[in-house]
Amino acid sequence: MIEIKNIYKSFNDKYVLEDVSAIFEKGKTNLVIGASGSGKSVLMKCLVGLESIDQGQILYDNRDFANLGYEAKKVVRREIGMLFQGAALFDSLSVEENVGFPLKMFSDLHKSEQMDRINFCLKCVNLENSNKKFPSEISGGMKKRVGIARAIALNPEYLFCDEPNSGLDPLTSRVIDELIKEITQEFQITTIINSHDMKTVMDLGDSICFIHKGIMWWQGNNKEIMNSGNPELDTFLKAYLF
Amino acid sequence: MSLFTSIGRYTLFVRGLISKPERFSVFWERTLHEMTAIGVGSLGIVAAISLSVGAVTTVQTAYQLITGLVPRSIISTILRDSTILELAPTITCLVLAGKVGANIASELGNMSVSEQIDALDVMGVNSASYLVLPKIVAGLFVIPLLIIIAMTLGIIGGYWAGVMGGAISPRDFSEGILNDFRGFTVVFSFIKSITFAFIITSISSFHGYYTRGGALEVGRSSTKAVVYSCVGILFSDFILAQMLLEN
Repeated sequence: MIEIKNIYKSFNDKYVLEDVSAIFEKGKTNLVIGASGSGKSVLMKCLVGLESIDQGQILYDNRDFANLGYEAKKVVRREIGMLFQGAALFDSLSVEENVGFPLKMFSDLHKSEQMDRINFCLKCVNLENSNKKFPSEISGGMKKRVGIARAIALNPEYLFCDEPNSGLDPLTSRVIDELIKEITQEFQITTIINSHDMKTVMDLGDSICFIHKGIMWWQGNNKEIMNSGNPELDTFLKAYLF
Repeated sequence: MSLFTSIGRYTLFVRGLISKPERFSVFWERTLHEMTAIGVGSLGIVAAISLSVGAVTTVQTAYQLITGLVPRSIISTILRDSTILELAPTITCLVLAGKVGANIASELGNMSVSEQIDALDVMGVNSASYLVLPKIVAGLFVIPLLIIIAMTLGIIGGYWAGVMGGAISPRDFSEGILNDFRGFTVVFSFIKSITFAFIITSISSFHGYYTRGGALEVGRSSTKAVVYSCVGILFSDFILAQMLLEN
C-alpha cells in the first residue's frame, strides 16, 4: 500500500500540488485522473522519486520514501516497476535485453534462470516471438507490452503506469488495460495509473483520484464516479463523454 | 543559466559519477563497448588528419627554411616537436571533440528526452554513473592511445611529404628526428591527452545528460558539447603549457 499525506510541490514558487493526500491499495488498480496540466504527472514523478516534494509524506508500506537516504531509497526503488508514457525502452538493447536489464543489474539469478524469467514476463504480455527485435522494429503497442514486461521482471510490489494508452488504438488500449488488471490481481501489486482514457477509468478504476489545478478534488471508484456531485469532475467527464 | 551555475552543476555532476558500479561485470562490458566506439570508431579520421597535418607541416616548414644557412635536418626536428607537443594531442582532440563529443551528447540527450534516463533512475540505477563513467574511463584509456598513433602517423606523413617532395633527404630526416630529443615532450603530450580526454567525455556527457525538451534541444546540446569541449581543450592547453613547459 502507498499512502501520501499532505504533499506540496512547487516550481518557481508556483504550487503544482497542494495538500494532496490519498491511499493507493494493494491488489487494486488505482487511477489518477485529471486534465492536462492538473499535476498528475508531477504527482507520479514525486511518488517514484524523480521529483522531490516540498512538504508531506510518501509512505511505501509505512516507509517514508521522501525522507529516506540514498541507499534506502534504492531498496524501495527496486520494488517499483514503471511503465512510461513512451515506454522508455533502451534503444540499444533488444526486447529480451530490455526485459532482462533489471535482472542483470539487481538479481543473483544465473543466466539460464534470467532467460526463463524473461520468457515468462514476455509470455505474460503475449510477446513470445520478439525476443531479438529492437525497439525501433516493433509497434507502439508492442513497446508498451515490453515496457510492462520490464516493469514486472523483478516481481515489483508497486507498479506505476504513466498514460499507458496514449498513442494507441482503442483495441490495443484494451489489451494493455487487461494486461495491467491481470498482472495487478495475479501478483497482488499496488498499481497506480495516470490516465485520460475514460474507458480505462471505467474498466480499471478500483480506486480513482481526481486532481484539478494541483488539488485532490474527489476520491472514489468507477461505480461512484458518474454520481460524484463534484462540479469540476462532472465538467471533466462531460468533456470526454460528449 | 549563468556561467557559475553551469560550473557548479558540472562539478556536482562529476562528483556524482564517482560511485561504486552496481555490477562490475556490467561496468566492464560497457567500458569495453565505449572503448571500441571511441577508439576504433575514430581511428580512420585520426589517421587521415595526422598524416595530412604531418605532411603539411613538413612542406610549410621546408618552404620557410629555403635559405641554405640552416641545416635541412631542422625540418624534421621542427616536425617532431610540433607534432608531439601540439599538433597530435591538440588537433586530434579538437577533432575528437567534434566526433566523439557530439556523439556522446546526442546519445545521452536522446536518452534523456525519451525518458530512458528516468527509467534507469526509477529502477534504482545511478544513471549518471552507469551511463557516463564507462565513457570517461574508456576515453581516458583510448584517447591517449589515439594520440600516440597520431604522433607516429604525423611523423610518417611528414617523412613521406618531405622525402617524396624532395625537401629533405631520408638521412637528414632521421638525423633531425633524433637530434636533441627530450623525452619529457612525450610525457607532456600524454598529460595533455589525458586532460583533454576527460574534458571531451565529461563536458559532452554533462550537456547530453541534462538535455530537456525534444529533438531541437538534443541538437543544441550536441553543439554546446562540441563548443565547450573545444574551449576547454584550448584553455587547458595554455594552462598546461604554462605550468609544465616554463623554463
